[in-house]
This record gives sequence, structure tokens and C-alpha cells, in this order.
Amino acid sequence: MTGGTENEEDLKVNNAFPLTFGLDTFGDLNHESGKPVSHAQTIRNVVEQGVFADEVGLDFFGIGEHHTDDFPMPAADVALAAIAARTSRIHVGSAVTVLSSDDPVRVFQRFSTLNALSNGRAEVVLGRGSSIESFPLFGYNLADYEELFDAKTALFAELMKGGRVTWSGRMRPALVNQDVVPHLDAPMPVWIGVGGSPNSVIRAARYGFNLMLAIIGGQPSRFAPYSELFRQALARFEQPARPIGVHSPGHVAETDEQAKEEFWPAYRDIITRLGPSRGFPTPTLEFYEREVGPKGALHVGSPQTVAEKVARNLTILGANRFDLKHGMPGMTQQSLLKSIELFGTRVVPTVREILGDRVAA
Amino acid sequence: MTQVEGGPKVAILGAGHVGTVIARLAARAGLPVSVAASGDPDEIALTLSVLAPGTAARWAAEAASDADGVILAIPLHRLSQIEPAALAGKVVIDMMNYWPEVNGHLAEYDRSDITSSELVVRRLAGSRVVKTFNHLGYHQLDEEARPAGDPQRKALGVAGDDPQAVALVTQLVEKIGFDAVPIGGLSAGRLLQPDGPVFGKPLGREEFESALLQVAV
Repeated sequence: MTGGTENEEDLKVNNAFPLTFGLDTFGDLNHESGKPVSHAQTIRNVVEQGVFADEVGLDFFGIGEHHTDDFPMPAADVALAAIAARTSRIHVGSAVTVLSSDDPVRVFQRFSTLNALSNGRAEVVLGRGSSIESFPLFGYNLADYEELFDAKTALFAELMKGGRVTWSGRMRPALVNQDVVPHLDAPMPVWIGVGGSPNSVIRAARYGFNLMLAIIGGQPSRFAPYSELFRQALARFEQPARPIGVHSPGHVAETDEQAKEEFWPAYRDIITRLGPSRGFPTPTLEFYEREVGPKGALHVGSPQTVAEKVARNLTILGANRFDLKHGMPGMTQQSLLKSIELFGTRVVPTVREILGDRVAA
Repeated sequence: MTQVEGGPKVAILGAGHVGTVIARLAARAGLPVSVAASGDPDEIALTLSVLAPGTAARWAAEAASDADGVILAIPLHRLSQIEPAALAGKVVIDMMNYWPEVNGHLAEYDRSDITSSELVVRRLAGSRVVKTFNHLGYHQLDEEARPAGDPQRKALGVAGDDPQAVALVTQLVEKIGFDAVPIGGLSAGRLLQPDGPVFGKPLGREEFESALLQVAV
């Protein structure tokens, strides 16, 4: 009910940066013949997905850190390195790195190493994501989330400046004139993933990081004010304009019906399973149809349907990057590879065409 | 002070994802709205000017002092940072939830024989606590607020022990864009909690009432 206005100014800001398109995965556990494959096979499948994403011309492949049987992907950077080693063009990064329960020095080192071996193709997306399991796993209290993220982002920003670092704060032992290696020899974009916290938007602007809007339910237009807040906050902190991205779940098949049918059982099952701990009600078909519809957050459908939705949301949100979070636990590798192919070869060109037309008009 | 002419003056403690949504809805309903975070109002002024235009950034104690209703839009684990004296005698709206999987464990709230709002009252002795707004997510509140009489309008349960406070909050809920359904005292607030029958479900008044009845039987 709010925001969602399309105006010329949004398009101008948007066009300051090239349009880029990516895929994100959480290492969603694959099924074959109705049965789950092993964690190890799921990880190998993710690497194949990343290599294939490069082949179909996508700009980015992201892996989000998770720690559960549904998403057995705690060491995303290792899988990203495997993809980087087999590709030469696609960018590889996190989606997201749960910085609050990690050590910013370690995160910097892992991704600067990834940037080195990929010849400058690494990106880092910092955030909380929907993964909360890392907190008990590594001995952190979720109640400290905000302080942890605040302090660790500050340190990460210092590390990104390069040079020796002197830093002290509450959440980590101090660093005194410390040389943190490997040094970056190519830019490494840093994004802050935001699911609704205005503080995180301000934080991204303060450090001059990019903004990644994570839209996993409800009307994407609800996030338009966050883009506006980001632009105004960048100006307030005397930072140059920065890219804005959108991360949203979806699935592409030849027809709307096929895409909806392939995605629905997996979506229903995972939301039902996560519901009690996250406060999601069990999804009904009516709810699903609304999310798949033009105003919902699920980008599920034929190439044309998904392209129209992506183009509209990029415009509404003044964004220049769209990352489709593809797959759900329980889907087959075959249907994911088909979705990747259609996203790269049909959805992206159509989105470019739609937005190109609109800019030219 | 059952009904306030022109609508109650609202103070919102918390300027995060929840606080900014409820502030925007209240301001859009024409209510005077102040918002406070834990610190300096200057730190949230820009956020409010974009996300909740027409609301004022103030210090918490100052915002609470002249408000008819104070909305707690903070995570429950931050309640200990609120100074009870600043809210003494005030109608306080508890839209918090105890949700250990997301916000961490709080030992005193792990007990099942008492509702989270009844524990909030113990902390805020002297405040007139009413529970509402908690059983829909902030994005649902944002998307579902509708004018009175709209056939798609959704219901919000209101639980409280002080009838005058409940009446004031009912007026606030109705103004903001929902049908207010009083469900009893704070102990009945259990029905609105995360494991209850209406949590996370935008329901019209009739559906809402029948969902509650199914549990009460």
C-alpha cells in the first residue's frame, strides 16, 4: 500500500549502473526419484549450477551460508572457489555471509582469497539472512545480533580500506597496526543484505557499501522507500551513488503452469517445516497464487511472466541488479538446471529488452 | 479519557522495521506520532522522514510524557532498557512477542503458565498494558491496513485488564486500519501469541472470531 511509484528519477539512478543478473542458492538439498540426495551430492550439484550459470551468460552466482539438513551449505566460500576455478567470467559471492557469527578478519581473508583466485570476480553480501542456526552453533546469543552486526561491519569496512588496521571494539579482540593478508589487487564489491531493517540501510550507506534488498514475501513495492532512504543516506554521508540489488525467490519453466507445479510442493513443505520457528503460517494455495501473482514476491512462471515481473520490480525499486534465489529443498537438479537455462537465455534478454524500451521511450 | 478527540496521540518506542511501519500507518491515519529509538533523535530523523513522513523523532522519555498511548515496537529482549518510571500511568501497547528461535532465549519467558504480556506488566508496574498488533507481521500490517467498512479489512485482537486502556487502544487500532476485537484480559493474550490460532494470519473479523472459538472450546 506504500511506495511503488515509478518515476523518471528512479530510472536515472538505476541507469547509473549496468543492469546485472544473478542466481542465488542456499545449497537447497536436492531430491532425485522422490528421495533426498546426500549433502555432499547437493554441494557438487551447486557447483554444477554455478558453472552452468556462467555458460548461460549470467553475471553472478551467489551462495548463502546455512547450517541445516535442508540447506547443508556452511562453507559457501569453498564451493564458490570451485566454481571460480571452472569459470572465467561470472562473478561469485555470498548470499549472505552471516557476519555476526563469524570473524570479520576471517571473512575478509576468505573472500580476498576468492577474489585473488577468481581474478577479481568475488563479491561479499553481509547480513543475517534467514539463517539463525549459526548463532547457537558458534556460541553467539541471538539477542546480541544488532550489536554484533554493527561492530563487525565497522571492522569489515576498515579491512576493506586496505593497509594496516588498528581497531578495537566490544565484540572481538583488538587489532594493532595489523597487516591482514591477502591484499586485494582488484575491487571487491560489498553489499549489505537488508530484509526490513532501516538501520541496515543506513549502515550500508555510511560505509559506502551496496544495498541488497532481500524480498522473500509480500509486495516488493513495499521496499521502494528503502531504496529512497539509501539514496538520501548516501547523500547525507557524502558517499557517491551505489548499486541497489534485489534478491527474491523463484523458478522458471517453459509454462506458468509447469513452473508453479514444480515449485509449489517444495515451497509448501519448507515453509510448513520452518513455520513454527519463524512464525510463518502453513501456506495455502490461495496464498501461493498471490505470491506468484504480479504483486507477490515469488518470481515463478514462464520466461515471459518472470521477465515482466523482474523488470517491473527493478524499476519500482530503482535497482540495477536482480538475483533470483533459485531452487527449494526437495527440487531436482534437472529442474533447477532447466530453470537456470531459461533464466539466462530467455528471462534476462527479455528484461533487458523491456527496460531498454522503457528507457528509450 | 476513553476516547480522545481527533484520535490518540501516539509515541512509538523503536524505529526499526516494526516501529517505522506502525509509525507510518498511524501518521497516515492522521494521528500525532512521535518516534524514539534508544538514543539521540537525530540518528533516526532521516529514516523517519523517508519511511514515516509526518512523524517526529524525539527522545524516548519526552515522547512518552505527552502521549495518550505508547507503543512498544522493540524486541522483547530490549524491554529491560526501557525505564518503567517514564511509562508510569501510561497506556502501553505491547506488540512484542517471545520468539526464542529468532530473538534468543529469555529464561523468565520460557514458562508456559503466564502470557508474555503479563510478564511485561511485572516489568512495567504502574503502566496500563494492552496487547495488540503483535499477531500480524510488520509487512502484513503494512499491506493489510484498510479504512473502516472495506470488505477486505482484517481484524486485530486486543487484550487488556484495564477497560479504559482497552477502549483507547481499540480506537487506535480502528483508526490505523483494522477491526479491533477485544478478547479479554492479558491472560487471554495467549490466543494472540506465536503458538496461537491467529498468529501470522490476516483474517477478517468473522474468521478471526471463529478461529478463536475453535481454540476456546
